[in-house]
Amino acid sequence: MISAPFHLAGERLALDPAGVLFWPARKLLAVADLHLEKGSHFAMRGQMLPPYDTRETLARLAAPLRRYAPEQIVFLGDSFHDAAGAGRLATADRAALGALLAGRQVCWVLGNHDPVAPAGLPGEAVEEFRLGPLVFRHQGVPGSGAGFELSGHFHPKASMPTRCGPVTRPCFLADARRVLLPAFGAYTGGLAITAPPIAALFPRGGRAFLLGRERLFSAAVGPMRHLAAAMAMPAPEPTSIA
Amino acid sequence: MGTLPEPFARWFTARGWRPRPHQLAMLEAARQGRSALLVAPTGGGKTLAGFLPSLIELAGADAGERLHTLYISPLKALAVDIARNLLAPIEEMGLTITVETRTGDTPANRRTRQRQAPPQILLTTPESLTLLLSLPDAAAFFGGLRRVVVDEVHALAGTKRGDQLALCLSRLSALAPGSCRVGLSATVAHPEAIAAWLAPDARAGSVAQVRATGGAAPALDVILPAGKLPWGGHMGLASMPDVYERLRRAAVSIVFVNTRAQAELCFQALWKLNDDNLPIALHHGSLTIEQRRKVEAAMASGRLRAVVATASLDLGIDWGAVDQVIQVGAPKGVARLLQRVGRANHRMDEASSALLVPANRFEVIECRAAIQAVAAGEVDGDPPRPGGLDVLAQHMLAMACHGPFHPDELFAEVTRAAPYAALSRHDFDDTLRFVEDGGYALAGYERFRKLFRDSEGRLHPRNGHVVRQFRMNLGTIVETPLMKVKLRGGPVLGEVEEWFVSTLEPGQCFVFAGRLLRYERLEPMAVVVSPGGEGEPRVPAYAGSRMPLSTHLARRVRAILADPRQWRALPEPVREWLRLQRHASELPDREGLLVETFPREGRWFLVAYAFEGRLAHQTLGMLLTRRMERMGQAPLGFLATDYVIATWSAFPPTDLDHLFAEDLLGEELEEWMADSSMLRRTFRNIATIAGLLEKNHPGQEKSGRQMTMSADLIYDVLRRHEPDHILLRATRAEAAAGLTDVGRIGALLARVRGRIRHVALDRVSPLAVPALIEEGREWVSGSAEDALLAEAEALVEEATDGADHFTGSLGLEMLYPPAPEPRPPRTRRPRPARRASHRLRHGAV
Repeated sequence: MISAPFHLAGERLALDPAGVLFWPARKLLAVADLHLEKGSHFAMRGQMLPPYDTRETLARLAAPLRRYAPEQIVFLGDSFHDAAGAGRLATADRAALGALLAGRQVCWVLGNHDPVAPAGLPGEAVEEFRLGPLVFRHQGVPGSGAGFELSGHFHPKASMPTRCGPVTRPCFLADARRVLLPAFGAYTGGLAITAPPIAALFPRGGRAFLLGRERLFSAAVGPMRHLAAAMAMPAPEPTSIA
Repeated sequence: MGTLPEPFARWFTARGWRPRPHQLAMLEAARQGRSALLVAPTGGGKTLAGFLPSLIELAGADAGERLHTLYISPLKALAVDIARNLLAPIEEMGLTITVETRTGDTPANRRTRQRQAPPQILLTTPESLTLLLSLPDAAAFFGGLRRVVVDEVHALAGTKRGDQLALCLSRLSALAPGSCRVGLSATVAHPEAIAAWLAPDARAGSVAQVRATGGAAPALDVILPAGKLPWGGHMGLASMPDVYERLRRAAVSIVFVNTRAQAELCFQALWKLNDDNLPIALHHGSLTIEQRRKVEAAMASGRLRAVVATASLDLGIDWGAVDQVIQVGAPKGVARLLQRVGRANHRMDEASSALLVPANRFEVIECRAAIQAVAAGEVDGDPPRPGGLDVLAQHMLAMACHGPFHPDELFAEVTRAAPYAALSRHDFDDTLRFVEDGGYALAGYERFRKLFRDSEGRLHPRNGHVVRQFRMNLGTIVETPLMKVKLRGGPVLGEVEEWFVSTLEPGQCFVFAGRLLRYERLEPMAVVVSPGGEGEPRVPAYAGSRMPLSTHLARRVRAILADPRQWRALPEPVREWLRLQRHASELPDREGLLVETFPREGRWFLVAYAFEGRLAHQTLGMLLTRRMERMGQAPLGFLATDYVIATWSAFPPTDLDHLFAEDLLGEELEEWMADSSMLRRTFRNIATIAGLLEKNHPGQEKSGRQMTMSADLIYDVLRRHEPDHILLRATRAEAAAGLTDVGRIGALLARVRGRIRHVALDRVSPLAVPALIEEGREWVSGSAEDALLAEAEALVEEATDGADHFTGSLGLEMLYPPAPEPRPPRTRRPRPARRASHRLRHGAV
């Protein structure tokens, strides 16, 4: 796995092909939109989705945690699919999550799906988290007054044209002011970066980093002002924000 | 052989009819209380033969006020039409028999009334029957049932709707033990299997088989365009002047085409030629029901000279007066050709005649093969496959909604239906556990279960929500996401697939419902259009709308190609095409295997002329691409037609002897297959029918595209954590039924060993052209995507010297411009970024 370096507010950040972001100077790992217990959320309503999404998401998270050994983890919101999600964790999954978090400082940024602190889990829950020049939010704030921002919520994905047709992947989207992280959860779909809500965060375009098996593939993204203006069109929502 | 009782004998005589032998044979079977299957060509008085026993019984004294006969048709329209046709004789004989229809279109108040006071004859569809059987009062409603008539059995048996109906028939037999079944079928290749499907105990012997004799052989002819015979394409537009000429000369014609897109284009082309203002109409499955009914009514009353139609008119409705059938595009199968031809001259003793209009050169050979096959009396088609576990899951939920059941009893009932006769108790139990709480090895959904077991082991639905959820998701047809096409300030014209809309930009025009329309804007669930528009219009295509060529015909085509003596029967342009192929490449011979490779649009193509039929080629495509992946050729996808298997890859295919070596089969296939688009698609359908995923409901915020996406995510997670889950087993079983047995591939590989003729070309060969424009491409997800991304990224880097100031949306978009001379990137004008958003792919070609 080869991460891509990216500079924000003079800080060197590493964008990782697994879909997580690492800040070496602070030994901090940021990850967005886990949507844990999405399967059981649907099961409650009578749709018996396979109950393995939490297990799968945690297994995927274990690898970058081993690789970077961060001292601090910031979850960028929608860590659970609903407010009661943490309460539904299976015993084994709760233990696995506990082991992943053990010995680290944990920060749960609250999201629209999980507006309360996860029950019975270590760490502090905050509306937004600031460290040095950076601010960690669930949903990015358009405009330049937002500070240097890391956010999730939108589940960005992008299509890159190749000689054999476009290839679509989840992606990071970044410019000089912010980095938008891809959704990490096993049951999270994506929203095209050209969709108006994302375009509104990046009116002057930016750079997309598509997730690959071993590395990221980056491409410049042109201005999207007119796309942002197209908010009148029915805006598609990311899959998991149902 | 008996005779007809009064007033039936008098009524027949008054019309100048005599009861036909098969009608009397059906009556006899009914007298003996036997179920019966009637196989007759179109126009054999099939429907009347099916209903006569019911009408005679009901005309007799004391028939009672209960439901006596249930009629099930695959088409709503057919049920409505049959009701009309039944009422005529009933009135003319002065009988007091009540006949009503019940479909998804029946208003709620009439449905309620029907449950309280059922008609004596009820006409319905498999879906409406399932719904009726799930009601708590189903036992009382169906308790007095005497006869069940299943129309167009051949179109239902072997499909998921057929599985559903077979399970319902089994339930009906349990509710009304004295009832017997009547099946009406067109000529089929496997009458025994159809009889078994119909039988109450899954044994063909329990059903009286009645065949209508007679039926003159149809007269078939081929017409070629006056101008140049097209190389490829399936639309047949070059022949429209000739078709128009034929329409002018006949009183009433049906022009059958193979796809809805083709229907739109042919209809447009005919109207452009229509100097005589002939009333010509359009009929296909994506138009609104009102529109279709209007066309049908106009046709029935003789106000139309011609209708351009797809399979939406294959079945059923009897218009009598049609005197010419024109099939544009290759017929694809003998059974279907005969069905369509039978739409003309709906009288059995007169020969029907039809014209075949091939759209390209390959289709000329195909038409020739079809005419040979019809002359030889050959009928194609596969025997019905075993029933799907997804349909069983839906049925279990339906039965629980009706009332508590014991698994042992339901198992006995289900296995009396032919599609499930071989069902193991293990699969039954796993399916039931899936319905109860998902059936996962990891317990955890215990408290969310849909069904609970009482102390006697009977299953009940947990609450009313479960019942409502079932009703919302009932049915076995999983639609591709659709959007309505709405005229600005006007009516809805019909529906197109959502992905097609996503490729449109405002101002672009397209052809739909026989009109030229300009795309204005998107509303939730609807595309708003206005009439008119400029520029080359596009035509909405619909996924999966093409019929595969039957293997019978594929074999005949191969024989014609390999035998130049048979070419004499072919028109000159086709012979010239074959000679060109011989010149540019080679002709496939009988023994070896011709393999062509060539580059095209940045990809490397490999075309192998195996002629083993589409199913065998699907399997071969899986095997070849997997080996290409191992050989580092980065395969991207493949296409299996009835004649060839074509693959495309990022790097050139080499070492063909190794590629086609016999040990191709020895390697582990499953993992590779599991990642394929084919299995993902199969899983999505199965998960939806089984009730794991919810169907689309208009107006709900969850769009179909999201469903597609989550189905993929769920598939990946389930595959990894519980590969033996019942839905994955069902997915593999269904996909395996779609792939042919590997034995046939083994025989092919053994036969061609040392006889592979590799022709490396610099471009596509004449013979490969028609094949490569077929639909039905499959994607493979190996290392190719990452390799391509890396390459594209490196190219941009190179083009911009690593500078970061692209002005395009995704800078890469301009890497492969359609213009022949790429200009230096910095002088390019920025393109509207919206183009990029429309480049997103949604799975279709």
